[in-house]
Amino acid sequence: MARSDSARSASPARVWHKPPFIANPWLRYGLWLGVLIYLVWALGSLPFNWERISEGLPRASRIFGGGFPPDFSRSGLLLTGFKESLQIAILATLLGVLLSIPFAVMAAKNIVPKPVYLFGRAVIIVSRSFHPVIVAILFVAAVGFGPLAGILTLTVYSIGFVGKLLAEEIEEIDWGQVEAMKATGAGYFAILVYAVFPQILPRQVGLSMYQLDSNLRASAVVGIVGAGGIGATLMNAFGRYDYDFAFAILLVIIAMILVSEGISGWIRKRIW
Amino acid sequence: MLEISKLVKRYGNDEPVLKELDLVVEGSSVVSIVGASGAGKSTMLRCINRLVEPTSGSIRLNGTELVNLRGGALRRARRKIGMVFQGFNLIDRLTVMENVLAGRLGYVSLYQAVTRRYPQQDIERAFTLMERVGIAHYANKRADALSGGERQRVGVVRALMQEPEILLADEPTASLDPRTSEQIMKLLQSLAQELSLPVLINIHNVAQAKAYTERIVGLRHGKMIFDGAPGDFGKEALDAIYGGIEAPEEEITAAPSRTSSEGVSHGQI
Repeated sequence: MARSDSARSASPARVWHKPPFIANPWLRYGLWLGVLIYLVWALGSLPFNWERISEGLPRASRIFGGGFPPDFSRSGLLLTGFKESLQIAILATLLGVLLSIPFAVMAAKNIVPKPVYLFGRAVIIVSRSFHPVIVAILFVAAVGFGPLAGILTLTVYSIGFVGKLLAEEIEEIDWGQVEAMKATGAGYFAILVYAVFPQILPRQVGLSMYQLDSNLRASAVVGIVGAGGIGATLMNAFGRYDYDFAFAILLVIIAMILVSEGISGWIRKRIW
Repeated sequence: MLEISKLVKRYGNDEPVLKELDLVVEGSSVVSIVGASGAGKSTMLRCINRLVEPTSGSIRLNGTELVNLRGGALRRARRKIGMVFQGFNLIDRLTVMENVLAGRLGYVSLYQAVTRRYPQQDIERAFTLMERVGIAHYANKRADALSGGERQRVGVVRALMQEPEILLADEPTASLDPRTSEQIMKLLQSLAQELSLPVLINIHNVAQAKAYTERIVGLRHGKMIFDGAPGDFGKEALDAIYGGIEAPEEEITAAPSRTSSEGVSHGQI
């Protein structure tokens, strides 16, 4: 007792709190207040029609009820749709990944002159700025309903995604290997092939696998707006109130995504 | 013959890294360049094959002016200048053979390079050189599977594949253990003799510089302050080069003295 007293008199017990994430208290509490005001304003001004929602709820339960049990009897139609989706996804991935390589090179600041870099970046930014569904609507308008619109859409989507990540990978390569190839007197493209591509190869394979995955998923979505594949089949099933068939399609989509994720994960782990 | 005259390199508006440097290397001599970090050794070497652009001055290799070369002419000049790097700079994911053959990239067409269809005599030369340095049995191994000393041998062979008229080595032993680095120095020394090739070696290890080279050039703050035979490279020269800086070699600086002034040996030999 006496000891602790004397210790305390020597120096008061020291306390410690984690410093707040935002140091300025005005800003800290001001932000909370701002969020609160926004929520009140947003919820108050957005047109939620509560009557309509309460009417819709039983309808939603009827749809889900109608989905059970899922109906796999029209497996021929199901299979045709999936085959088309798979073809769209694989073709678009191949095209997109191939095209993404030159655009990635053009969009890598460290290996191209400034004007080329700006052009490469612009291509990638444009192909990334729209969701595949919006691009699909444009392509359906341009080339008509069907798988071609889907392939074009997903190719653009793949160029944007793979190109961007690949360009970033190129910007982070070990420059020493490039210097070594320069020192041998190699030309520009020989340097690309020898010093740049081997360094980004594992990333390229990983990204392609991921993109195939992602294109499979997206191919179902773009089908809804008329770009072919299982999405079109799904849309038709909904349109004809065949909820049990639609539910079967959804289940198969989930299964396909699971399988493709498993495969791509396995391959990515093996390639380094 | 390599003739460097009035070489200046300035990065941006900073103090120049190289200040009107003059250096002549004749015949097949092995020259080591010593100096503290930041003295300009690496910059000088990289100016020769234009990995660094000189600000002004002249560099002539066997009569050809290297400064101001562009495009194809620059590439043709570069393939006559072999370079060995501190970090080896091998293409890790390619095989040893591909790395060695990469030394021919300045000679073969893009199609040959991409499809790996190198001319028969290149493959022959690759095997001969790899056998000479003892790495032929690794031909189909990936470069990153080799040990440091073996990788540097690949680096040396790659440079020699260029049929160079001069070999530049930028701290070729700095990433290696003492024993392996001595082996590499011995290798460079004997290869220079066999191929009658002038070799410039940037090196931090003064003892190795004295043991394996026939001429030592000392740089400090971008100026040459020593140029002479290893036998003349004594404590004074060492102090002039590293003066005020922690000495790198204990055996040579057994009695460090702070009294000797800078530039004692400047231009004496």
